[in-house]
Amino acid sequence: MTPTREPAVSARLRLEDLSHRYLRTGEPALSGLSLAVEPGELIAFLGPSGCGKTTALKVIAGLLRPTSGDVLVNGRSVLGVPPEKRGAAMVFQKPLLFPHMSVEANVGFGLRMRNVSRDQTGRRVETTLRQVRMEGFADRRPDELSGGQQQRVALARALITEPRVLLLDEPLSALDANLREEMRGLVKEVQREGGYTTVFVTHDQEEAVVLADRIALLFEGRLQMYDKPQAFYDRPASRRVAEFFGATNFIRGRARNGAVETPLGHLKLARKAPPGDVILTIRPEAVRLEDGENSFPAHVTGVAYLGTRVACSLDAAGVKLRVAMPPHARPREGEEVTARLPAGSLWVLEESP
Amino acid sequence: MGKRRTNAGLAVVAALVALPFVPLFLWAFAGEWRFPDLLPSEWSLRGIVYLVEPGGRVLGATLTSLLIAGATAIASVAVGLPAGMALGRYEFRLKGLVIFFILLPILVPPLASTMGIHLTFIRLGLADSAFGVFLVHLVPTVPYTAIILTSVFAKRTGELEEAARTLGASAWRAFLYVTLPQVAPGVAVAALFGFLISWSQYVLTLLIGGGNVVTLPMLLFSAASGNDPVITSGLALVFVLPAIAALLLALRYLNSGDERELLGVGKPS
Repeated sequence: MTPTREPAVSARLRLEDLSHRYLRTGEPALSGLSLAVEPGELIAFLGPSGCGKTTALKVIAGLLRPTSGDVLVNGRSVLGVPPEKRGAAMVFQKPLLFPHMSVEANVGFGLRMRNVSRDQTGRRVETTLRQVRMEGFADRRPDELSGGQQQRVALARALITEPRVLLLDEPLSALDANLREEMRGLVKEVQREGGYTTVFVTHDQEEAVVLADRIALLFEGRLQMYDKPQAFYDRPASRRVAEFFGATNFIRGRARNGAVETPLGHLKLARKAPPGDVILTIRPEAVRLEDGENSFPAHVTGVAYLGTRVACSLDAAGVKLRVAMPPHARPREGEEVTARLPAGSLWVLEESP
Repeated sequence: MGKRRTNAGLAVVAALVALPFVPLFLWAFAGEWRFPDLLPSEWSLRGIVYLVEPGGRVLGATLTSLLIAGATAIASVAVGLPAGMALGRYEFRLKGLVIFFILLPILVPPLASTMGIHLTFIRLGLADSAFGVFLVHLVPTVPYTAIILTSVFAKRTGELEEAARTLGASAWRAFLYVTLPQVAPGVAVAALFGFLISWSQYVLTLLIGGGNVVTLPMLLFSAASGNDPVITSGLALVFVLPAIAALLLALRYLNSGDERELLGVGKPS
């Protein structure tokens, strides 16, 4: 296959205190977004719709001008550079293939704009189509292709320009589930192969976790957390972040002398918590039904068999907890059990006002 | 079955369109045609000779009409295109007011505004000239082309252009290679409208041209107010030719797909 690209092609991207307001409403779409993307890294802008992730992408592409802040590529501001000279190719939610051009002309478009010779364009179109497994479709018209095929062509059309920054705006969200998974693999593969610095926008938490080296979680135009996917499960920055990633166990308490006073009793932590009101969280998979440190009696209020696991609801001194257990474990509803919250799995969230 | 029914329907429509032209045709070739006769009792080529005789007024008037209408079509598209693009594609403050101002020339009776324009044109030396007539024809045509082109520039063309920009196309090349081919049929329809509106102007031509600029409608009106149905019918036939040509062109587009294509919006994705 194609040899790995020289790292010089992909760029380091920095966003500095980026803000954007909608012209019509004056509402902020982005507020003070700052982050850095390393060369060859794939990061995901994750958040519910309307959180500003597409706005951020368009600002990077140069299709929108930020109200304030800066976009730096390899340390140089690109705000004054028009979109066609930024080297930031974008793939959109819709394939947006040019309907009056063949697949070949669509893919070759970027090279044509760069005045690359016909010969060379033809060869590179062929290679790129092979890369997205669309060889043999060069002469087709866009409306003769399925949605997934169109999106592959759109990807090829962006890749052929050898972008310094590759921008993907929910390119998989219009595809059905099977196809989406397959395309996910393809995106990851070509991105790794080419070593493109990539920003991927999605509202699908699973997609972000599977694809991204790092995730930037945005709510209402503000960056909530920017870290590796694992950290969003183990060390969420806030209760909202934890909830977005499916956390349901929250225990109020007051930290004192390193331990936390809760309705469940004295809970020990692996690391000291700052004194004051706190919220503790723990993943359902980390809760144990056993005796030991941080254990307490609990009442089983519900059991649901989910095939690959058993979801169990507990009530302990008025605190509701969810537990995920392996499928062979079968606690009975109404049973009294002993539950344990391992100190290493408890994470302290600051109580938000 | 369905196909045959469509063809039958088309035949009925064609007959309805063609029927009113039958008496025009008959009159144009009539020599003598008196009341209860179903057909002319004598035939003559007098009407046709009048139309094509060298040095006659008809050829000159047709040429003037073609030139003015052609120029009007091109200029009104050139003015209406950026306006339609801005209106169709962007949201901005006071958009409603801008649309109102663009439509104003067809809301206000053109006669009223042309009185004022006439005075200005006299001062500028544009009255009584074909160029002045061309300019005043833009008053009723630009609103139409602008509004037609507004609907042509659907949101989709803007997205395609954005895609082209990130692939390395400058604003101008993105317009040229991506947007223009998308909107070409719609631009053609707008130009056709501009042409036909200009082609059938009488009052504006008369006021600004002051009788010096003789277009086909000028001859047609004077013939119609005279008492020679043969000449009038001949002129009317020439006058209707562009409209028929336009209809045939439009039918070609309509046959190749649905009416969306005619307006250049493209198929819904």
